[in-house]
Amino acid sequence: MPKIKLSEYATTTIKEVCASFNHNEGELINVLHQVQHKLGYLPAEVQELVAIELNIPVAKVYGVVTFYSFFTMLPQGENPISVCMGTACYVRGAEQVLDEFRRQLKIDVGETSADGKFSLNALRCVGACGLAPVVMVGDRVHGRVSPSDVKKILAECKDGCLTHN
Amino acid sequence: MVSVTINVSLKPSALCKFPEKMMNTIQLKIDNKELEVPKGTTILDAAKRNGIHIPTLCHMKLHDMNIENKPGGCRVCVVDVKGRRNLAPACVTEAENGMEIDTHSMRVINARRTLTELIISDHPFECLTCAKSGNCELQQLAHDMGIREIHFEGDKSTYRKDTSPAIIRDPDKCIMCRRCEMMCNKIQTVGVLSAINRGFMAVVSPPFEENLDHSVCTYCGQCVAVCPTGALTEVDHTPAVIRALSDPTKTVIVQTAPAVRAALGEEFGLEPGTLVTGKMAAALRRLGFHFVFDTDFAADLTIMEEGTELLDRLQRHLNGDQTVKLPILTSCCPAWVKFFEHQFPTMIDIPSSAKSPQQMFGAIAKTYFAQKQNINRNDLVVVSIMPCLAKKYECSREEFSHDGNPDVDFALSTRELAALIKLANIDFHALPDEDFDHPLGESTGAGVIFGTTGGVIEAAVRTAYELQTGKTLQRINFEELRGMEGIRDATIDFDGLPIRIGIAHGLGNARQLLEDIKSGKSHYHAIEIMSCPGGCIGGGGQPYHHSNSEILKARQKALYSEDEAKTLRKSHENPYIIKLYEEFLGKPMSHKAHQLLHTGYFDRSTTFVEED
Repeated sequence: MPKIKLSEYATTTIKEVCASFNHNEGELINVLHQVQHKLGYLPAEVQELVAIELNIPVAKVYGVVTFYSFFTMLPQGENPISVCMGTACYVRGAEQVLDEFRRQLKIDVGETSADGKFSLNALRCVGACGLAPVVMVGDRVHGRVSPSDVKKILAECKDGCLTHN
Repeated sequence: MVSVTINVSLKPSALCKFPEKMMNTIQLKIDNKELEVPKGTTILDAAKRNGIHIPTLCHMKLHDMNIENKPGGCRVCVVDVKGRRNLAPACVTEAENGMEIDTHSMRVINARRTLTELIISDHPFECLTCAKSGNCELQQLAHDMGIREIHFEGDKSTYRKDTSPAIIRDPDKCIMCRRCEMMCNKIQTVGVLSAINRGFMAVVSPPFEENLDHSVCTYCGQCVAVCPTGALTEVDHTPAVIRALSDPTKTVIVQTAPAVRAALGEEFGLEPGTLVTGKMAAALRRLGFHFVFDTDFAADLTIMEEGTELLDRLQRHLNGDQTVKLPILTSCCPAWVKFFEHQFPTMIDIPSSAKSPQQMFGAIAKTYFAQKQNINRNDLVVVSIMPCLAKKYECSREEFSHDGNPDVDFALSTRELAALIKLANIDFHALPDEDFDHPLGESTGAGVIFGTTGGVIEAAVRTAYELQTGKTLQRINFEELRGMEGIRDATIDFDGLPIRIGIAHGLGNARQLLEDIKSGKSHYHAIEIMSCPGGCIGGGGQPYHHSNSEILKARQKALYSEDEAKTLRKSHENPYIIKLYEEFLGKPMSHKAHQLLHTGYFDRSTTFVEED
């Protein structure tokens, strides 16, 4: 695995997050949650530093990162797109919506577009089953999405209407 | 549609047909047998202590050693508890007062067979060539369950095989029992192995799915010792040894580690703890080794060097030398050496610089012995029989070779030797007891006890005491240094000078002792550390103990009895050791001794990740 050198910002962020949880190894999931929120993803080098800060084997950190689909070791796009594949969304056509995103972005689930603008993921129930099928772009929820809405959603992102928050 | 009636009003008391006892015991019925067990006992333990067998797979327990793995994951141990809707996993369900349990109802048998089939449905059918064949707990389970057909067809796991200098990982054969993870993390605190991914993709792996040789793995082999299947096995040196033995241009000599003689017999159906020293020597001779020597000889040599180093440091310390490092730590165990090189790099100048007995033997064999025999070192092949997997790694370390020719060429585990003896059609039981060859086969009782926790330091005390005080020991057995507790300490009176000694076995216990030294909490003069629980008798290359800690105790007892039976029991009294110093080395810690018998350690805290 090629080594990258963590930036000053990344190093400080990880140390601060771990300190805010008193370097308690029981808080590993919360630590990873916050670190990913701040840095975008959890590459090997980040996991190694988290392991050192919490005084646990890096194997354990890697085990948790690979167990939860929420955590990612790959950088996410500026606009992370998540299509809900929970039961309600699925029966109302989420798969067709997902396929349309794949077709238009020319990427597969778990990948990021070459320009770094979009990444695509499938997730389980976001708790908005009444709006099924649901697509999340960043923190924003799109409900009752049909394949024909996909183009519009992508265009909105490109216009930058999501980047204001 | 199946309708299920649940009697929700059933209170625990309604189940109690037995009177509540005042004492902390409970009564229950297993397979119609009325039993009384302490409160808090699991159904599995309750059954076991009353001679009732419940099959298990992921569960593992070494009694009295605080080693237990019970993730309750495989469900093979499920039993029928009267009044309960679901079958209960016996390994994690506490026995309750008044319980009525059926361990082999048809419902249970059906469930177990289905579970076993499901586990096997994602397991390679490679039993014919699998290193674990015959010792595989999954194979045994499939046999016991009478599995003849797998009704579940589906995907099979396909992972990359990982080969290191000592251990092979074949994750396709992993059944996620997580015993290895428990040993690596909880007992050894090495932290290389962890379960990763989830669901079908779940497997045990080093971080970032790197190879073991890119990790902080110490090659202690405890993961191999507990793996129920062939997912973790040793690197097999047998083919190379066979090639050497059939090469007429080579002189092939062998050394046998102390712990091997106390365990090898188990592979031939003998009771655990049966000493087979003489038969082992005879078998090695039948296999064609030109000289059959003993690592115990090198253990005696180790004591001469390490003991002298201890006394030297002690003397300088007493003279007020502030630079001297105490306590001295033993350095016989290669897994322990790699452990502190990774985990305690600031302390690499504390352990004794003495090489391990295996490597001392190799260095002496390829110089002193080769010269005596007039053999070129390249035509001399040194094979060692070890209870250990880390010894395979140790003999591959660069500093233990000369112009690319290693001091020890190959290290076979006790298991590999047993397989080789069977392969050569040698009737082990019919062999006579034979002696080792001279000069590198003579040893004292001190060398023998190197194989158990507490043994190295007891051997060192026997010699250091007499060298320091000039007096003869009144008693040779130091009971205070013996035992099975993970961390022990004792103070030995060196004729008015109290010598404080610490002992740890298992790397987790070693870590604790080292942390205490680092924080200045501990004040020992000498510390013995062995990586494996029980010491080398519990090594990763020994016959599988299949979770029976009584086997380890029997092996330990066997070594102490061989020591008792020896005429010479102090390393410095070994006549061939005395001769070796007279003819070749001069005196302990001489320039020549330093060149051949001492080594240095490396900071590996960052270097395990190789730059690409």
